[in-house]
Amino acid sequence: MIDSKKIIAIIDAAAKKIESEKDFLTQLDNEIGDGDHGINLARGFKSVEEKLATFADKDIGAILKSVGTALVSTVGGASGPLYGTAFMKAGNVCKGKFTLTDEEFAEAFNAAVEGVKMRGKSAEGEKTMLDALCPAYRAFKGGVDGGKTLIPALEDSVNAAMQGVEYTKTIIATKGRAAYLQERSLGHQDPGATSSLYILQAALDVLKKG
Amino acid sequence: MVGIVIVSHSQKLAEGVMEVAQMTAANVPIAAAGGLENGELGTSYDKIKNAVESIYTDDGVIVLADIGSAVMTTEMVLEDIELDNVKLVDCPLVEGAVVAAVDSVGGRTLNEIINKLENEM
Ligand SMILES: Nc1ncnc2c1ncn2[C@@H]1O[C@H](COP(=O)(O)OP(=O)(O)OP(=O)(O)O)[C@@H](O)[C@H]1O
Ligand SMILES: [Mg+2]
Repeated sequence: MIDSKKIIAIIDAAAKKIESEKDFLTQLDNEIGDGDHGINLARGFKSVEEKLATFADKDIGAILKSVGTALVSTVGGASGPLYGTAFMKAGNVCKGKFTLTDEEFAEAFNAAVEGVKMRGKSAEGEKTMLDALCPAYRAFKGGVDGGKTLIPALEDSVNAAMQGVEYTKTIIATKGRAAYLQERSLGHQDPGATSSLYILQAALDVLKKG
Repeated sequence: MVGIVIVSHSQKLAEGVMEVAQMTAANVPIAAAGGLENGELGTSYDKIKNAVESIYTDDGVIVLADIGSAVMTTEMVLEDIELDNVKLVDCPLVEGAVVAAVDSVGGRTLNEIINKLENEM
């Protein structure tokens, strides 16, 4: 079970993680993109941080929606509409809820991933954030359906995302700026998959602290 | 007249495309939404929204965008905005802007122009 307070703590932790990994994410994007992924996301999550105080008494749906809106209006790169849509779609599923069961969390996670696919007109295997998010969702859902509790299921999810990030090194990009590089994108890890991993890791860290 | 909005990662590019379109259609309602608020490269939801609203009439608005986030962010603006007849069209940016501007001033309707941009370019 997750409540609004935990969600706020997760968002705060994700923002801090993105800020501390900003230079690395930008460096990854320098290799196969336009070198702004860390800068973009840090700008976006900074504006999310500035809104955190207003979230205290809101339901989870409203919180996630606010996060999405802030990202869309401030990130400035593809990850803005993509993560923005993800948070907004997850927010729709959590409308009016102050707590989420593990099943409901899985449902919100699924809505987020489907949101990215819809917005990006993209699928797994194209060297994008979806290569971390899709396996991460499957692992989480599989865990919960198989009777695992939240933290072990999320541990599986983070591990799957990690493998997904590694997998992006082995494939050619067909979406996003890296797609212009064609086979020269091989051997490099996708910045968006990496930031997705960081967000999931932030969630796990917060929940483990209890 | 149908309005035109040019969305680009670069303010210079958006304004440049607008200038080129105005060369053959001086009176066309056209607005540029380029770069971020601070002039850096990127796409701005607010700039796109403001640009659409600044030239909107019942005749409608055609939005042309460069790549990636310019397209995705425009889609989000159009989903949120409470205006009918605002359409994102996928076509060559400069030539599309010129054709749309000339046809708008020439009295073509939104659908006629979209049809031309999508099928004849
Ligand atoms: N169509 C897409 N579908 C899913 N993910 C995508 C898509 N396009 C880009 N991405 C993800 O976004 C990441 C890049 O984010 P970033 O914020 O740097 O955007 P960008 O490519 O610089 O944006 P822009 O479109 O403005 O050039 C990529 O590493 C990839 O994971
Ligand atoms: Mg980039």
